[in-house]
Parts: sequence; C-alpha cells; structure tokens
Amino acid sequence: MKKFLMGLLLVAGSTASAQSLLINGAGATFPAPLYQKWFSEYNKINPNLKFNYQAIGSGGGIKQFSEGTVDFGATDAPMKDDQIAKVPDVVHIPTVLGAVVVAYNAPGLKNLRFSGETLADIFSGKITKWNDPAIAADNPGVKMPDQSITIARRSDGSGTNAIFTDYLSKVSPEFKTKVGSGTSVNWPVGLGGKGNDGVTGLIKSTPGSIGYVELAYALQQKLTVAEIKNKDGNWVKPSIESTTAAAAGVEMPADYRVSITNAAGKDSWPIAGFTWLLVHKDMKDQAKGTAMVNFLRWALTDGEKMATPLDYAPLPQPVQERVMKTIDTLTVNGTKVSAK
Amino acid sequence: MAEAAGNLAVEAAEENRPGPGNVGDRVFNGTLWALGVMVLVVAGLIVLNLALVARPLAKEHSLWGFITSSEWNPVDDRYGALPFLYGTLVTSALSILMAVPVAIGLALFITQFAPAKLGRVLTIPVELLAAIPSVVYGLWGLFIVVPWLRESIQPWLGRHFGFLPLFQGPPIGLGFLAAGAILAVMILPTVVSVSVEVMKTTPEANREAALALGATKWEAVMLAVIPYSRAGILGAVLLGLGRALGETMAVTMVIGNSPRISASLFAAGYSLPAVIANEFAEAVSDVHIGALAGLGLILFATTFLLNAGARILVTAVQKGPSRISG
Repeated sequence: MKKFLMGLLLVAGSTASAQSLLINGAGATFPAPLYQKWFSEYNKINPNLKFNYQAIGSGGGIKQFSEGTVDFGATDAPMKDDQIAKVPDVVHIPTVLGAVVVAYNAPGLKNLRFSGETLADIFSGKITKWNDPAIAADNPGVKMPDQSITIARRSDGSGTNAIFTDYLSKVSPEFKTKVGSGTSVNWPVGLGGKGNDGVTGLIKSTPGSIGYVELAYALQQKLTVAEIKNKDGNWVKPSIESTTAAAAGVEMPADYRVSITNAAGKDSWPIAGFTWLLVHKDMKDQAKGTAMVNFLRWALTDGEKMATPLDYAPLPQPVQERVMKTIDTLTVNGTKVSAK
Repeated sequence: MAEAAGNLAVEAAEENRPGPGNVGDRVFNGTLWALGVMVLVVAGLIVLNLALVARPLAKEHSLWGFITSSEWNPVDDRYGALPFLYGTLVTSALSILMAVPVAIGLALFITQFAPAKLGRVLTIPVELLAAIPSVVYGLWGLFIVVPWLRESIQPWLGRHFGFLPLFQGPPIGLGFLAAGAILAVMILPTVVSVSVEVMKTTPEANREAALALGATKWEAVMLAVIPYSRAGILGAVLLGLGRALGETMAVTMVIGNSPRISASLFAAGYSLPAVIANEFAEAVSDVHIGALAGLGLILFATTFLLNAGARILVTAVQKGPSRISG
C-alpha cells in the first residue's frame, strides 16, 4: 500500500513538472509581437514548455531581470556598465533588428530626401521652414513651400527614441550637446505623441509635419517615408533588407552591445538597432536552463525565418552564426547544454 | 401618530448606538472601524511608498528646487516639476470654466424647467458620457476636436482676441485648449448628475413659497433652488475637478506632451499624470524613476490641497447668509 502511494506521488510529481514548466520573461515592447509568435510556435513543438512574456518596456525588463524576478529579459537598448555590475553574468543575445524611419506629411511633396545633418537640425529646432536651404540642397529640383515644419516625436520613453537620438547625436555634434540620446530626451521643439500610433496620428492630421516611427509600423500603415543619406554617402530607402545590411557593416564586439546607427556599407539603412534577449551565462534551474538554451537555438534558426513576414529585419548570416556559437557557451549549473 | 412612532424608533436606535452588551453589535462596530482605518492606512502607505521611490531624487534636488524648476532632461538627470504642475492646473481650470456653466444650466433645465419625462430622458445620454472610456475621448479629441480647433476655432480666436496673450501663437490644434475642451466633456456628466440630485432635494415648499410671493419661475430658481443647493453644486464641481486633475490617457493624447510653460492656450504643454504614464515604463536611472514618483507625490498633494480647500469653501457656503431654509 505504502509503495503504491509512493508510486502514485512520483507519477503525479513527474507529470506535474513536465506540464508546468513555465519560463517567465519581461521587457521590450518593440519585438513583443515576434516573441509572442515564437513562443506560441515553439509551444506547438514542445507542448510541455510555456513562456510568459510581459511587454513592460526595456527599462522594466532590465530591472526585473537584474532583480531575478524573471528568467530572461528583453531590451532595445543594451545594458549600461553600471547595470551589468549588478548582474555580471548577463549575456546579450541579439535576436532581430529594428529600424526607425522618417515619415512626413507635406502636401504635394513626395520622395523627399534628408541628410543626417539636416535631420538633426530639423529635430533640434534649427531648421523651422520647409524651404530652408539645407532641405532644398538635399532635394534638388523640388519646389519647397514656405511653410513651418511641425515636428512629431515620441512622448513615451522608447527604444525608438533611443535609436533615433543615437543616430542624430552621431551625425551632429551640436545635437549631441543640445539634446543627447536616450529613451526619453528633452526635445527642444515639437509635439509629442504616445507610441507609434500617436506619432502617426500627429503626422497624418498635421499638414507640414515630420516625425519618426518604427519601420514595421510605417510599412503596415503605408506612411510616406523619406530616403536618408547613409555613412557611405548613398541615398537609401528604408526596408527590411537595408536594415539587415546595416548590421553587416558593423564590427561586432564579443558581448554584442553595439550601436549600429550610421553604419558603414553602401546599402545600410543608417537608423537601425538590435534588440536583445538577456539571459544568465550560467543558469541554476536545470529544467528551465536546458529549455531556454534549446529555445534560443531554435529562435535563432527557425525563428529568424518568421521575422520578415512580421516586418522585423533578421540578423545577417555571419552575425547569426556567431550568436549560435555564443548560445553554445551558455551553461546550466556549470555544464554545457548539448544540442538536441 | 406615525411620526410619533418614528421618533420613538429614532430614540431607541440612538440609545442602542454603543451597544455595550451586544456581541454582534460590537463585532459589527469593530469591522466598520477597521474598514474606516484601512482607507487611511492605504492612503498613508501610498504616500510612504512614493516617497521611498522618490528618495534618489532627493539626493540631487531639493524639494523646492524640484517644484520650481522647469527643466525636464532625462539625459542629464535634471528634473523639474513646474511645467507639468502648470499644465495640470491650467487644463483642469479650463475644463471647469467650460463645463460648469453648461452643467448647471443643464441640471436646472432637467430639474426645474423640462417636463418630468423629458428630464428623465435627458439624464440618460448625459450619464452615458460618463461611461465612455477615456482612450475613446482621446481618439475623438485627436481626430475630430484637434483639427476643428486648428482650422476653425483657434484662427477665429486669434483674429478677434489675438491681443490677449492667451490666444497668441500658431494654431496647431494640440495643446492646453484641446486638453481643456476634452476634459470639459469628460467631467460634464459628473457635475450634471450630482447637481441634478442636489437640486431635486430642494423642498417643494421653498419653491412654492417663492412663487406664491409673486416670483417668476426664474426668480424662484434664484431664490429657492440655487441657494439651497449651492454647497451641493460646489461639491459636484469638486468631483469634476478631481477627475480632471487625474485624467491621464485622454489628456496625453491631445496636450502635445511638451514640458514647457506658455501663456498661450494654443501652445503644447504637458500634465503630471501624462508624463508619469509616458516615461515610467522605459525609465532606467533611479533618479528618473524617483522624479516620476516625485511628480506622483505632487499630484497627490495638489489633489489633497484642492479637496481640503474645497471642503472649507463648502462649509463657508453652507453658513452663508442668504440661505432660506435648513
């Protein structure tokens, strides 16, 4: 009888653990639709493994990961050195790329082009009219109206802000000292809209406006977007391909914490950035750790193929291969996880 | 007879109030006390918690410096609350200015002038306004009200009243005026329905006395209804003000979200709840989070002070000389 009960308990225990493996994560909102897709697809292959991902923002993701309340974090901006000091064993795993595009609503004007310096001057309030000589010089042959520029920007802290201001700070030292870069900055001019849809609403409803939104959002909403001059001096259209090209034009450090705005390469879109998953180099929970490593392997191979249909830019081949090697170095209680 | 019996019952109830011998009464009494104290404890804990989160800010800024500085720069970790406080107060005041005359007029019409049936029917759409989620108000503001302000109202105001600093600057639509207008619609149902309830309590005898003395319908309202319900109407306005001060979503969608202080109502501004909602999720530095918690404390204090002031005002109004009957 006793043995029977013990057996029952064992069976109950093992089925319970097999069913209830739940990995918790939190962080960036930008890649959340793709991550949700990954988690649900991966769950179809591994019905015993569930992911719970809360898109609370990159800042919250870093914080919860540092405090150990979630198993993995996700962020659009790499952790700073003082943040890493709190979790020294963090590993940044780049998953996909995001890009920021410049959209505008100037009646009668199409196919506008901007150089980085012109954009920085517009968004710092130095250029106030559409017929400014700097804009005219970028767009030879186009008749510019004598109209004020209304700037639409993100009012909420976001990775989009971080990538865009990082780019403007790189191309214009003046923008760097006057505004600087970060998820929230002190914009000297313009109207703030909440989220991509808020900015889009401002642009669509305000004639003479210019703003910036995520590439995926601009593609889905079919916004009028500008070409931008990249580091090599070419005019580039924003697209998934030009975003992936930007990541190929950058020298990758070992910890992947790198800004790829204003990247070299003739096809590189200059306003792009990685988004990262944050995991521990050595995970303590045997079941969760093993599952996490196997999931990362799947995400960087099969998962990458789901990026383009959802308007995310996949990693370029060489970067993807390097990240796979990094995933192989992750350990659970000191032992490496062999590939399935 | 029935009255006498009622009085007896009241006396009996009053005698029973402390209920010393009755266990059930004491348990009930204790539970209610606990509930009452809990409200205070929760409010106190919220303040304490916000203050703890705001502590990193206190290392870098003095309280007075934080309230009076108008710079908000997360890149350099320099924070000031003034533009947000200003935006919150200006938009709330605007909404009260726009909503209260309409609301009191509507309440008077419903209770005094409209046929009883029409009055009942009218309260339905007004109360329906209260059930609309604020994000819907925000969308309506962004796509309907803002273009309308930009293309019609603001140019007109600028042409005719442009000499006032209030109506200067380019008409962009988004800004203090748009936020005030949206808030006015949002607080209207609160002010109307509470005013209606208050006015309904005016004893019929007071009104009839005024009419019997030869007052017109209008005079009867001014003599009997308004003085009787003054305190209650003030209370209704305060409830509306409370909602206007704390409204987040609708305001952030139409105010323009620029931490700047401008005299012009056409300019873009920012409000306390809006900046907290906008920046909290992606705030990383402790000082930034502390500053947002500090704004929360200021919002809390503002609401508290306005409420306390209003209570004093209500008491003063109740003691006012022109009151006809108690």
